[in-house]
Amino acid sequence: MKVAYWPGCVSRGFTPELHGSMEQIAPLLDIELVELDRASCCGAGVIAEHSQELADTLNARTFALAQQVGSDTMMMNICSTCQGAQTECQERLDASAEYRALVNENLAEYGLEYRKGVKNKNLLWLLVEDYGLDELRKRVKRPLTNLKVGPFYGCYIVRPTDRLGIDDEYPRDTYMSLLIEALGGTVIEYAGAQKCCGFPIITMNKEASLRQAGRHLGDAADADADCLVTPCPLCHLNLDLQQPLAERIVGRELNMPVLHLPQLIGLALGLSPKELGLGRHIVKPTSVIDWSTSVIAGVA
Amino acid sequence: MAEFTLRIRRWDPESGEAPYWDQHTIDLEPHRSVLEGILQAKARFDGSIGIRCSCRAAICGSCGVRINGQPGLACHTHLDHALKGAKDGVIEVEPMGNMPIIKDLIVDMDAVHWKKVQRVTPWLINKEPIPEREYIVPHHNMVDITQSMACIQCGACVSDCLSMEVDPEFIGPAALAKAYRFAGDPRDAQQFERVKDLAEDPHGIYDCTHCFKCIEACPKGVAPMNQIMRLRRIATGTHHIADRNNGERHESAFVSLVRDHGLLWEAELLPRSYGGDSFFGKFAPKAGMELLDSLPVIARGLLRRKVTPGKAIMPPRDVPKDAREEIKRIFEKVEGRDEVRELNLYISGYDEDAEGAETASASSAAPQGQTSAERGQPGMSPEESPTR
Repeated sequence: MKVAYWPGCVSRGFTPELHGSMEQIAPLLDIELVELDRASCCGAGVIAEHSQELADTLNARTFALAQQVGSDTMMMNICSTCQGAQTECQERLDASAEYRALVNENLAEYGLEYRKGVKNKNLLWLLVEDYGLDELRKRVKRPLTNLKVGPFYGCYIVRPTDRLGIDDEYPRDTYMSLLIEALGGTVIEYAGAQKCCGFPIITMNKEASLRQAGRHLGDAADADADCLVTPCPLCHLNLDLQQPLAERIVGRELNMPVLHLPQLIGLALGLSPKELGLGRHIVKPTSVIDWSTSVIAGVA
Repeated sequence: MAEFTLRIRRWDPESGEAPYWDQHTIDLEPHRSVLEGILQAKARFDGSIGIRCSCRAAICGSCGVRINGQPGLACHTHLDHALKGAKDGVIEVEPMGNMPIIKDLIVDMDAVHWKKVQRVTPWLINKEPIPEREYIVPHHNMVDITQSMACIQCGACVSDCLSMEVDPEFIGPAALAKAYRFAGDPRDAQQFERVKDLAEDPHGIYDCTHCFKCIEACPKGVAPMNQIMRLRRIATGTHHIADRNNGERHESAFVSLVRDHGLLWEAELLPRSYGGDSFFGKFAPKAGMELLDSLPVIARGLLRRKVTPGKAIMPPRDVPKDAREEIKRIFEKVEGRDEVRELNLYISGYDEDAEGAETASASSAAPQGQTSAERGQPGMSPEESPTR
């Protein structure tokens, strides 16, 4: 399976272990990543807030670059925020031929044109809908037996449901649970799974921001989770990088490791914590989870 | 007729007793509403169930509750639909969140919702001189604000607001949508004062965490978060208000970093959000204080090689140079244009042939909101609105 791969900014910035682990698991899944290295930041909603045309042009450019890889090639991202921000732009671009033409005018001099209907999916959606969980199960070498995993989705990948195409046919707001189970893990239900990590207001209202992160981490701990897993590197920043400060705000010790989605998959595929960059986390998963007992089968 | 079981959250704060769940099986046709179910339970089994309702037609906004954890109008939710969302075959009805409970399903709207609405000066302050006849205002402009006028003050968005959950002082989605209704009205004389006030308030427009919960909750398609983003755009784009909450600096730094490097440079974004959008931003006292506060995190980030000194000092170079130039020129082109090109799906709707081929040819520029403005559909059912 070949995909036009958009890693995003943060996966190459403050969470380099995310992009790194995606590159590690891709060959094991036989997914060929054609990296869109010429593409720009999706704007994360902030550029759209500043100028809608600018955000729409930048993302139309990214879509056009993906369409150059192959007209039917799927574009894949590994960031909930990219998924949400890009889908918002795509909704406008696909809604009006007239508006699309205006935006394409900005791209014409670079030989780029966005044609309506790019398929842009987060790794999570792609695995469940296109790759198939059965196929994934076949490749699991080290089932995550007894590992209690709390899913943390990130707002942008679950709301608004109509824009993101979440319905009875595509219950995308349940995919994390399906995936964790497919990898052999145990899903932990807790209050914060689809709430906000607080990251968007970290510079505006730090206390409220970290109170959100701290609360969700605490809820997960109370529900007896060993770790959380998220498809969003921005959530990861607030939940992991900022966890020591969040502890201060909510007044309790948290010590909750947070894994990136490709890292959790990589562990089940038999990769070592080191290969997946787990040592780069602020809360080291290896310090909390005893891999020798949590993951029974051992590397095949 | 079919049987449905309702599990209703009961609590009378004055009784001194703890809250509890109350279960009743009612008998109604599947297309009848959850409200009718509650009223039947009240009539047949327990007259003391507290529920507020009036119109029963999704107009008055009285019967806001949480059904299977989701906020909405009890009168606007079919029983069969509610059953689909029920985990164990029982429809769960609770009072709305973020507001104190008066009794059972009735929450205190005065204590939270209405106070916040009053906070935003929810009336028009006329521009002088008042014309002898009617004000003449652009059609698309009025259609735009009808979206926030569609609010029926049910409180569903307030119930689900994730910022308010951690910061009860946040002005909140309903009141801020109402604020846009006036700040966005071309007849209003105090747009600047309104947005300045809301930008400077630590619990104002920059306290919204962009979680889309209110958009999802609203039974009328008001999309409160979108209105908050419009208020921010007026604050920064129209009035350049450098607020004390770092809202304007954050936006400005974000935009210029992506313009210059193609990607976000996080190590530079944070100090600039506090200290100002320039290379020297990080040396400002406010940025220094923030740096100090974050030391435990920075130290651990360095220790784990999550953040390397090189990465903190050097901008990202993942995007090749010629592509960076291309991105920069796009910024200059779009930002250098005086006219604002926007598509407001609430006004325009989708192309008639949504799946259709590329037939329309558009060479003319569409100023703000005027793309297909004549197809504006103020009469369109808000629930059907594409921008919900």
